[in-house]
Amino acid sequence: MNWKTFLALLSRDGHVARRNLLPMLLQNLLQPLLFTFVFGRVMTSSGMLPASYKSLLLPGVMAISMVMAGVQAVAMPLIAEFQFTREIEDRLLAPIDIGWLAVAKIITGMIQAMFAGLVVIPAAWLLMGSGLKLDFGKPVEFAVVCLLVALFSSAGGLALGCSVGQTQIGLMFSLVLAPMLMFGCAYYPWSALSGFPILQIAVLFNPLVYASEGLRGALAPQFPHINTLLVIAALVAIDGLLLVLGLKKFESKAVS
Amino acid sequence: MGIGIRIEELRKVYDTPPPSAAGRAGFSFTPMKSGAKSGPKKKFEIVALDGVSFEIRAGEVFGLLGPNGAGKSTAIGILTTRTRPTSGRAFIGDHDIWREQVSAKRLLGVVPQRPNLDFALTAREILVFHGAYFGQSAREREKHADELLEKFKLTDRATHMVRTFSGGMMQRLSIARAMMHNPEILFLDEPSAGLDPQTRLLLWEIVRDYNRLGKTIVLTTHYMDEADTLCDRLAIIDHGRIIAQGTPQELKSSIPGGYLLRLRFDRAPEELIAELRKLPGVTEVRTADHMAADVYADRGGPLIGPIVNAANAAGSELRDVHIAEPSLETLFLHHTGRSLRD
Repeated sequence: MNWKTFLALLSRDGHVARRNLLPMLLQNLLQPLLFTFVFGRVMTSSGMLPASYKSLLLPGVMAISMVMAGVQAVAMPLIAEFQFTREIEDRLLAPIDIGWLAVAKIITGMIQAMFAGLVVIPAAWLLMGSGLKLDFGKPVEFAVVCLLVALFSSAGGLALGCSVGQTQIGLMFSLVLAPMLMFGCAYYPWSALSGFPILQIAVLFNPLVYASEGLRGALAPQFPHINTLLVIAALVAIDGLLLVLGLKKFESKAVS
Repeated sequence: MGIGIRIEELRKVYDTPPPSAAGRAGFSFTPMKSGAKSGPKKKFEIVALDGVSFEIRAGEVFGLLGPNGAGKSTAIGILTTRTRPTSGRAFIGDHDIWREQVSAKRLLGVVPQRPNLDFALTAREILVFHGAYFGQSAREREKHADELLEKFKLTDRATHMVRTFSGGMMQRLSIARAMMHNPEILFLDEPSAGLDPQTRLLLWEIVRDYNRLGKTIVLTTHYMDEADTLCDRLAIIDHGRIIAQGTPQELKSSIPGGYLLRLRFDRAPEELIAELRKLPGVTEVRTADHMAADVYADRGGPLIGPIVNAANAAGSELRDVHIAEPSLETLFLHHTGRSLRD
């Protein structure tokens, strides 16, 4: 392992991410925050939804922001770098095993996902107004869930970025990300699906479910949520799976 | 003094289309679709390199010459760790390139066929980060980057994003980047494709200068003059096989007769071809159809008179003549029966 090269690869990604900070924030945060405003403020203050919905919604919005930020932070640059121009080639020729380049990408993606997730808390607080009840009594649980969510989102971004071509980005959003968001238990708890037993089982294949339920368990445990230990176990399994898949895809994409 | 390369029986078969950007645009493949449901599925397959062996000596300028799709870029891909060989081995110095990739990568610098610069960075950042990947100290890489920018006349654009650069500037920056970590072996994949004549001369000068430092240069080209003036030794490659190798001089003198006269008649009956074979200085006559003949001889112009006489005697008319002096082009034609640019 060649630390100097690895740190240089990381600092290159960090440098580019800093340069694109504002567009990155807008891209990842605008939509969840608009959603927060409409459902957390407009709908609750008009009495169409109970005020307690705010606290139920916030962990879900945070999960969405983290997942979208992590996936996009890794997948979008990769798609561009692997296309026709092969911009990534210079880094593939750096004196380090090419798998480490993918690891550097995952770490940058994780940092961006955590950042996007943590920005949501104060921003939503401001947008939703009074009545938000969050519990910060389980910092370790919260940190572990955050880390695992950040990891699966950026490892998932790696797998997606290496499987999707430039022309299929639109399809990726409408076929993969949109259903994932709607059936991710971000806007409702998993238990709310009990009237739809098949769907309730099917969504368990959606990693966003564990992100939403895990953050709900950590921040708003007053609502029904899947047991946090089960969530953590599921997240660890998903992380492992996506990591292996992503690294494999990366390798086969990088070497012809 | 420099580091050499040894290649043993390299073979590369692609079972999926190779990435276009690696510059294999010349492949004339048609993916075979699995047709009706019955019958075995036919797999897509291209043999890009077919048992290639050669040696590149330390400190020489070595050229791989061949038409588009001959396997040049695949060879470079394997030698630079970017393509996995199907079988065979390649060594840089003592390092097996595929098994000891990291050690191999430290020794080589690559100028790709098409610039693959990091579009998210400025020109100077590209060089500085490249230096950082190779473990150079901050001071060392800043200094070296500035020197290279100066040398390649890019100083005034150093802080611009490279996506705004012209093709020639990108090419210059690609070369600067490849030299940033002082590699022992510099690979240039069709370096002068798309360059104007002036930049091309500049490029040749830079390559010679770098070679004078004792570095090994490997370049691919389909330009005869480039191979001729720049390379100490050459391998001519076609359809994934090496068809000839040696110094440009050796290769040229291996052509029978040296001169090639490409003749076209209204018709060329057997007796005319037989007459041509008997002309003084003629070593070989090849004919593909009953219209044209390729005559290899030790002289060019002086043969025209006798050829016209022979044609008249056979009742044919000479329609077109092209005289090629001894060159790599005629050598290529001799071995493959087609021109390099076909």
